Amino acid sequence: MTTAPKSTQTSGSRLDPEAMPRRDFLGLAAWWSAAAALLFGFFGAMRLPKAAVLPSPAKKFKVTLPPSLPSAQPYLPIGRSVAIVKEGNSVHAISRICTHLGCIVKPTETGFDCPCHGSKFAKDGSVIKGPAPKALPWLEMKHLGGDHFIVDEGKNVPSGTTVTV
Amino acid sequence: MNQVTAKAQRANGSAVARFTENLRAVPRHLQETIFRTGRPASDRTRSTFVFGNVFLHLHPVRAHRWSLRWSTTFGLGIAAVSCFFVLVITGVLLMFYYKPYPDVAYLSIKDIHFVVPTGRFIRNIHRWSGNMMVVIVLLHMGRVFYTASYRAPREFNWLIGMGLLVVTLGLSFTGYLLPWDQLAYWAITIGANIAQSPREVTDALGITQWFDIGGLQKLILLGSEDVGEEALIRYYLFHVMVLPLILVTLMAVHFWRIRKDGGLAKPADADCRLGLSPRDLYPVFTQAPQKTYSLAAIVKGRTPAVGDGPEQTLPSMPHLMIGEAAVFMLTIALSVILAIFLDAPLKEVANPAVPENPAKAPWYFLGLQELVSHSAFMGGVGIPMIVLVGLGLIPYLDRETEGSGSWFGGAGGKRLVAQAAACGLTAVIALEAFVIRFGWIRQWWPQTPQLVITFINPGTLLTLAYAAYSVHSLKKYNSTRAGALALFTCFVCGFVVLTVIGTHFRGPNWDFYWSPSQWPGH
Repeated sequence: MTTAPKSTQTSGSRLDPEAMPRRDFLGLAAWWSAAAALLFGFFGAMRLPKAAVLPSPAKKFKVTLPPSLPSAQPYLPIGRSVAIVKEGNSVHAISRICTHLGCIVKPTETGFDCPCHGSKFAKDGSVIKGPAPKALPWLEMKHLGGDHFIVDEGKNVPSGTTVTV
Repeated sequence: MNQVTAKAQRANGSAVARFTENLRAVPRHLQETIFRTGRPASDRTRSTFVFGNVFLHLHPVRAHRWSLRWSTTFGLGIAAVSCFFVLVITGVLLMFYYKPYPDVAYLSIKDIHFVVPTGRFIRNIHRWSGNMMVVIVLLHMGRVFYTASYRAPREFNWLIGMGLLVVTLGLSFTGYLLPWDQLAYWAITIGANIAQSPREVTDALGITQWFDIGGLQKLILLGSEDVGEEALIRYYLFHVMVLPLILVTLMAVHFWRIRKDGGLAKPADADCRLGLSPRDLYPVFTQAPQKTYSLAAIVKGRTPAVGDGPEQTLPSMPHLMIGEAAVFMLTIALSVILAIFLDAPLKEVANPAVPENPAKAPWYFLGLQELVSHSAFMGGVGIPMIVLVGLGLIPYLDRETEGSGSWFGGAGGKRLVAQAAACGLTAVIALEAFVIRFGWIRQWWPQTPQLVITFINPGTLLTLAYAAYSVHSLKKYNSTRAGALALFTCFVCGFVVLTVIGTHFRGPNWDFYWSPSQWPGH
């Protein structure tokens, strides 16, 4: 039995962290890889509830303005949260979904009022009062001839964009 | 036939005789095999009654007299669990008839209300127990806070408790959509858009295109862009399966940790303050020494150890069990009485074209709805997160030990809480009065950028004021517990006042009215 001094131990300071034994390293690597695999699998599984195809009805719809519609009075197509306004020979569509929390705004003398948290919008959709963070968006419109139009609720256009009849 | 059996046969008569004898003994044997340790009549059998039973063994075999006092807990934890039991049973009953599909859901609730035998009664009980559970869980949280029972080693159990609060609110909220009436539809529309409200900030920063956490949250909640069939089935799934499973799991951890953390918190001098147990208390530690000799020469009558169990404990069977049963029965009685006199509301069928005016969430969210009426993001996401993080940090920031387990930690604590309540109430009432009377930034300067509106609004100012007051108390009394007391009391004041304003004083268009009778007809 030899008692030769171990030269390797004297080289470093005793305060240096000990090197991790190979087996511990492999064990930890196994645990971490298991955790990573489970996490990855979890996110993969969570992909399922995130719908790829939305079941909401088509955003595009056809609308016919009544010939008797007074100028500057909003027309509200049934079943759509949109207001269509005809002023002279220019027509535009504004969304009636409040930009605050999604209630349906009502046309009033001054513009549009939201019943849920008191946001008020001007006739051009800009916010006058309340918590709404954005103006009501204007929607893309196409003239089909006569009083017929196509409105696309899914496409916003800059406010002030009108269709000339 | 070997000799032994033959001998036994001769001794016991014929097989037929033994058969009839066994048959006669069936009830007795059945009882003996179910309750293996016999009637809980002695210390030993009272103990085995509890730990030998799978349903009771979460209980300690012996409970401290301090824990059994009515004023220690008011039975709030057990009351919350009782509500949950009632909710599970009535909920399963309602599932016999409920159909989670738009419009059909509404009709099935109508059936339950008008046609199904006892349907209305069971639905009312479900509704009232749900509301009671929210109230009781909040009160329970208040109890644990004001008795400083969250301290070491119970810090993590406070966090589990907060998880239970969140899941309870989630259960209540998901249940709100299921009737598919106007109230439900618009409350959930608002709720889902609150989940989407981080967009308020991402839009203002112009990064929604790349980082749309709000849109993702809404999409996961609704499975669509609006509240429809996908949303209903998801809320149903959350309400009857996902959240109850999470709740039961958290409850198991919560109870387990109470046991492992040494039962309920009690003051260090609890034994001293309790004094001797009353003479007529039965049963106490029946096999305790009836006499002690060490002080016999100078003390007349009983010495403290006589008749008391170790550390002033009493057998859980019957003392704890009777208390729990009483709370259970009281809770059921209350929900049944409410269910007899007050019907659960059911408005007209959901109409996606016409919002309910006012569209109000369940009452416990109306404080948030009041905040949301200034900024969707801060009111619906930002401030609730701040409050939850603040509450969660309390046990890690207050690491004092003095006054644990007694209400308000003594007289000084009571005065401090009264002061904090006065300041908290003044702040929230003054701020709300100002807002109702004079409006807020948007009305004065409509062109103000959205980020300013989001971050400077009554909700954030109130939160800042409360935080400042808490830091002030911390410094003034040189105690982290004082800071915690001030913060929690202010939070309670804000919650109560905002909830009352949202429930009672807000009418159509979220305008202020002194009473709902003044609302304009519509």
